[in-house]
Amino acid sequence: MRKSTYALAAAGLAALVLGAGAVAQEQAAVNAGEVNVYSYRQPFLIQPMFDAFTRDTGVKVNVVFAKTGLVERLKQEGRNSPADLIFTVDIGRLNDAYEAGVTAPVETAQLTASIPTAFRQGEGHWYGLTQRARIIYASKERVSRDDAPKSYEELADPKWAGRICTRAGNHVYQVALTAAMIAHHGEEKAEAWLRGLKSNLARKPQGNDRAQVKAINEGECDISLGNNYYFGLMLQNEEQFGWAQSVYPVFPKIGNKGTHVNISGMAMTKASPNRDNAVKLMEFLTGDLAQQMYSEQNFEYPVVAGVPQAGLLRSMGDLHPDTLALDRIAALRADAFKLVDKVGYND
Amino acid sequence: MSVTTLSSLSSSTRPSQGRVWILGGLLVALIVAAPLGAIAWLALFPTENIWPHLASTVLPRHSWNTLVLMVGNGIGVFLIGTASAWLVSTCEFPGRRLFEWAMLLPLAVPAYIVAFVYTDIMEFAGPVQGLLRDLFGWQTSRDYWFPEIRSMGGAIFVMSFVLYPYVYLLTRAAFHEQSSSVLEVSRTLGRGPWQTFLTVALPLARPAIVVGIALAMMETLADFGTVDYFAVNTLTVAVFNVWLGMGNAGGAAQIALVMLGFVVLLITLERIGRHGRQYHHTSSRYQTSPRVRLRGGRKIAALLVCAIPIVIGFVIPAGVLLRHAIVFFDESWNQAFFAFARNSLTLSAAAALVAVSIAVFLAYGRRLSGRGFGALSRIALLGYAVPGAVLAVGVLIPFARLDNAIDAIARDLFGVSTGLILSGTIFALVFAYVVRFLAVGFGAVEASLGKIRPSMDMAARSLGAGPGRTLWRIHLPLVRGSLIAAGTIVFVDSMKELPATLILRPFNFDTLATHVYQFASDELLEQSALSALTIVIAGILPVIILSRALRQARPGTRTGTRTRTLDIGTRKDVLDNG
Repeated sequence: MRKSTYALAAAGLAALVLGAGAVAQEQAAVNAGEVNVYSYRQPFLIQPMFDAFTRDTGVKVNVVFAKTGLVERLKQEGRNSPADLIFTVDIGRLNDAYEAGVTAPVETAQLTASIPTAFRQGEGHWYGLTQRARIIYASKERVSRDDAPKSYEELADPKWAGRICTRAGNHVYQVALTAAMIAHHGEEKAEAWLRGLKSNLARKPQGNDRAQVKAINEGECDISLGNNYYFGLMLQNEEQFGWAQSVYPVFPKIGNKGTHVNISGMAMTKASPNRDNAVKLMEFLTGDLAQQMYSEQNFEYPVVAGVPQAGLLRSMGDLHPDTLALDRIAALRADAFKLVDKVGYND
Repeated sequence: MSVTTLSSLSSSTRPSQGRVWILGGLLVALIVAAPLGAIAWLALFPTENIWPHLASTVLPRHSWNTLVLMVGNGIGVFLIGTASAWLVSTCEFPGRRLFEWAMLLPLAVPAYIVAFVYTDIMEFAGPVQGLLRDLFGWQTSRDYWFPEIRSMGGAIFVMSFVLYPYVYLLTRAAFHEQSSSVLEVSRTLGRGPWQTFLTVALPLARPAIVVGIALAMMETLADFGTVDYFAVNTLTVAVFNVWLGMGNAGGAAQIALVMLGFVVLLITLERIGRHGRQYHHTSSRYQTSPRVRLRGGRKIAALLVCAIPIVIGFVIPAGVLLRHAIVFFDESWNQAFFAFARNSLTLSAAAALVAVSIAVFLAYGRRLSGRGFGALSRIALLGYAVPGAVLAVGVLIPFARLDNAIDAIARDLFGVSTGLILSGTIFALVFAYVVRFLAVGFGAVEASLGKIRPSMDMAARSLGAGPGRTLWRIHLPLVRGSLIAAGTIVFVDSMKELPATLILRPFNFDTLATHVYQFASDELLEQSALSALTIVIAGILPVIILSRALRQARPGTRTGTRTRTLDIGTRKDVLDNG
């Protein structure tokens, strides 16, 4: 009885050690000829570009993906951090990495030439990779094209009472939009707008951008806010195809300016141990091939001028982005976030 | 019924040995508590202090929601857990033996997956509302009223049916350890079965029930997946909002500290509730009495009380996952899948082993030393209620500091860089799991150790055995069932752990949970259903082992009776025979 217990325990331990050994071996693969990425973007969205890079250069891309905490990890790991690059969505989070002091400036002829100044940090601490527009999805059945809101401001109009769905107000995409409203109209007007929008909501903010379109399909609301690329992604998904079919995209303006856009981007880390490979990857991702892939596979807008947009993107309508500088949005993010809490947007 | 600490004993017999245990226990407690210290440090020195903003807007609302959810779940798990444990332990009805272990099955299903499945079923496009619309000819959601699953009520519903096994598991073990003679005395003195249950069995099992409820409530407190999905704005949601939306980790840590306040409150309440009421049986005779055979309506009622939680908490979610897993089988069944499974199993097994060892160490140190040590060992348990992502940062800080210090010394002395030795390795992951789930193991071990009469220790010690030997020869064999139970819960919880795994993991490293999450976070759970199902299946196996162990460890069957009634001198022979 006792012997068998010990035998079992010993067998368990042995299995454990073997397993741990196998895991450790896998990790040992982090070294030269490679580039290490910390990513806030879901890996399946960027993996195709990384695979293309590896085919092209023979350099392997190692990834850690998490939704939060990677900047903290970089900060704590300090000069010994194995990470070379950090990938984020949302300008606010790119700016976080910069302000945390974990990024390094990079400047190469190609990067400077291909990426417009609006989409990169002055000293090259971060570079935009793609643009994404925050647009309105309107029900084909219940909202005529003439009635559809032409501006974000119109969303606060009482005629939409009980007809709008959005995700949580303090999600980064909503916060960035609110920050843009503050930049254009001042905090007071932005607050009134946010209160108006909240009072028009059909339901408590919940779910992601796709879930709002689903709610339109199900008759819970008539219009929603969402990033443009979800339209294409939903059309590609068997289950979600019907959701996307029930709406049409509208590119609203802020005031009389353009549509609010945000970026996804990348930054080199201060500690980057594989600098050359990291620069190679940065240049690859801002090259025509990768930019086109972003557009065709993820339905995001290229940041590099002249790269053709995917057919679907063109069919959705013309994007005229708001010209407000991105770092203004990043700077106003904290104010926007507090505003969202103040009006109790999520309650 | 007596309350005795062994502190007097440890100081009178072999002081040095007892002190070694206590010092060792303190050291372990300190190491485990280090991440919590790091979180406190983050909270006190944030890059931008948004505390005034939090205190005036977010905290009151989110705290209230958290409280409602915790109390709601507490009531839910208490009702389901104790009722089913009592029926299974003392009554005889069809399927009882099956229910005995099947009641534990919902433990194997991550709450966020259950939430996802029920949203699918209950929402507008789901089968339930679809059927209703067909029946009554309604068109849109404006034509009729239907309870919103994505709500506080929905969250309490889903989480109660997933978390009740904590209460069931510990309460059933407690009922099993109650000698039927105690219950029979109650019956012969004229109490009916209900009265016996309410006035004798429940009070005797109270420590176990309280621990179970406390665990379920802490799990509720730390949950992010379910409340996020159901748009219930609890404190964990606030943590992520501040962190993601403002990039303010300090603010997130501040909210996490508020959550720790909740836990301290919970633990204090538990202590007060238990104070002076630590029951030990004075009878050393254990025997099983025949279970009460239920008939007619009662039989059916008992059947339903046990079957409904299993159907809701396990059968339906697992069924839905199975359907998706079959549809997407070819895409999912590949080399990568096995790597995920191996990573999950290895990490979880290591975490279970380490956590149980530490739990024994702490619980025994507490038994030896009494109160002062107790307070410190509690701090080591607070990790359970910290949201995984915040805890991950708490783990990052001490590890990175240590690694960088070693590296700096190596550079100074030898001119070589050692790089990061522990950070970003599976070692950090296992450590995080242990800190996070130690409380689960500790609760079970301590509750069980507490039931061993101090006279046992005294007998062993007066016969010349030191504390270590007493632990090894007397306590561990007696609480074996609970150790297995503790290890199992840690294992299953580690399999499900997500946020800390995401942040701390090495490059290109996925567990089943992170793989599931990648898709589920985009409402594409179907594509990772096979991995989700594997988490569930991996959870079932220990559940079965656990249940067998519990049955065997029951006093009154096999070795149990004899062990307990024997004196120390002859124990060995019995074990060898058994």
